[in-house]
Amino acid sequence: MLNLEHLSKTYADGTRALSDINLSVRESEIVALIGGSGCGKTTLLRLIAGLDRASAGAIRLDGTTITEPDAAIGIVFQEPRLLPWLTVTDNIAFGLDGVGAAERRERVGHALAKVGLSEHADRWPRDLSGGQQQRVAIARAFVTNPKVLLLDEPFSALDAFTRASLHEHLLGLWEETRPTVVLVTHDVQEAVTLADRAVVMQPKPGRIFDELPLSLARPRDKSGPSFDSAVRRVLAALDQSLQTQHAPKREQDRQAAALWW
Amino acid sequence: MTGQASGRAAGDAWSSPEGAAALAAPHSAEKRRAVDLRVLLGLFLPVAIALIWEGIVSIGWAQGRLVPPPSRIVATLWGLSETGELWTHVWATLWRVAAGFAIGAAAGIVLGALSGASDTIRRLLDPTLQALRAIPSIAWVPLFILWLGIFEASKVALIAVGVFFPVYLGIAGAILSVDRKLVEVGRVFRLSRFKLARRILLPAVLPEAVIALRSGLGLGFMFVVAAEFMGASEGLGYLLVDGQQMGKPDQILAAIIAFALLGKLADSLLMLGTKPLVRWQDTVRERL
Repeated sequence: MLNLEHLSKTYADGTRALSDINLSVRESEIVALIGGSGCGKTTLLRLIAGLDRASAGAIRLDGTTITEPDAAIGIVFQEPRLLPWLTVTDNIAFGLDGVGAAERRERVGHALAKVGLSEHADRWPRDLSGGQQQRVAIARAFVTNPKVLLLDEPFSALDAFTRASLHEHLLGLWEETRPTVVLVTHDVQEAVTLADRAVVMQPKPGRIFDELPLSLARPRDKSGPSFDSAVRRVLAALDQSLQTQHAPKREQDRQAAALWW
Repeated sequence: MTGQASGRAAGDAWSSPEGAAALAAPHSAEKRRAVDLRVLLGLFLPVAIALIWEGIVSIGWAQGRLVPPPSRIVATLWGLSETGELWTHVWATLWRVAAGFAIGAAAGIVLGALSGASDTIRRLLDPTLQALRAIPSIAWVPLFILWLGIFEASKVALIAVGVFFPVYLGIAGAILSVDRKLVEVGRVFRLSRFKLARRILLPAVLPEAVIALRSGLGLGFMFVVAAEFMGASEGLGYLLVDGQQMGKPDQILAAIIAFALLGKLADSLLMLGTKPLVRWQDTVRERL
């Protein structure tokens, strides 16, 4: 169980990136954080990963407070971030420092097979395409068996076909150990394809606008009517979040104009 | 030019089994031949000038006293090497460069690493070092002679100073410019400070460190000449001064050619030695 309690983040320059985020994610649940750019999705993920510190509030994973990177939490960034001087195999094994050589080889080999890159095991990252690199990054995060996996728009730089196949690979890996997944995305289709719940966020300051359960059966049929209606529901919520954000803004402007006179 | 080259490559390919094999992998074979041809092109100008000058002197249009023809330079070089004199000078110079390079590079790596890794140390060290860098290194010569005498120590010190600055700047800059995103990968996997340095910082700075060492080595050869000018009884720099004082331009040119060969050789060795460390690099061919 991952709990975010009254989480806020204000940057040194006074920008309020997040304000009062409350969210609990069940074990093995896949949650999609969705919203336009600048609503603090990535900031939230970095807080959970322990890469940044919250200004207020707490993150708890099964009762333990998270303030710095934790072995139970893995993350896949927006870019692959592979180490260019390590081969594909060594990149995947990067987090398996304390594991014996035989087991490491076994786990890396399995992860490689799962993401379909077995024949590229000994190549350098520079020889792989963007989609293949991102698959290596996903394998690198999965191979340490984290309880929570954070995905920061890992598919946003890829074309639609590659993205769809990566969704398959991701769900294939997820099925094995069923970690809790928090996925940041701005792609509604992606959220509905992968997640059990969509959390719609709103910018300035970043906060949760609405939560929508997406209780579709897996594997999900993307052409079915229930998929379509789920997409439409999320889109409607997103629309609404943008409108309610604009209304007070206009009100503020009017007030500012009044003061100016 | 390239079109012509690849055309000839294809023509040759049919006539030899080796070429036929090359046809099977047209891409790499074509590339190799194009490179070979371009190397020959680079030789054209110096060889042509040398031959023309040789011809002009041999038919008596010019005396070639101040600008000796290539044959006389080669003869001088040969003569020096026959008597063993050349090797004495080469070893003296190489020893000085090696000692100065070792000291300067070691100091540059250590201080550069410290100053790149810690903000406090950088604030403490960097201003002083930058101020010292602004002094032309040759200006230290009189002081080094007073402090260390006129023999080897002062020469090695001067070379070490010359090597130190490019290495220091290169290493510190390389560490400062390591991608924050890769460092974060290390943090996510909870690497200790030491492991972060060994598994991420060190490999990340290696390519730039190699470049820094290479420019340091180049400066080492530059400063060994200056050091040997200021009073030496052996070394290639001594050959230069001696050639000037005795009016032997062929000896000067022979020493210059020896310098060129030594410098190139040392650089190639350094490159060869560090190549395995940076072979992962995407741009390795453009940068080295």
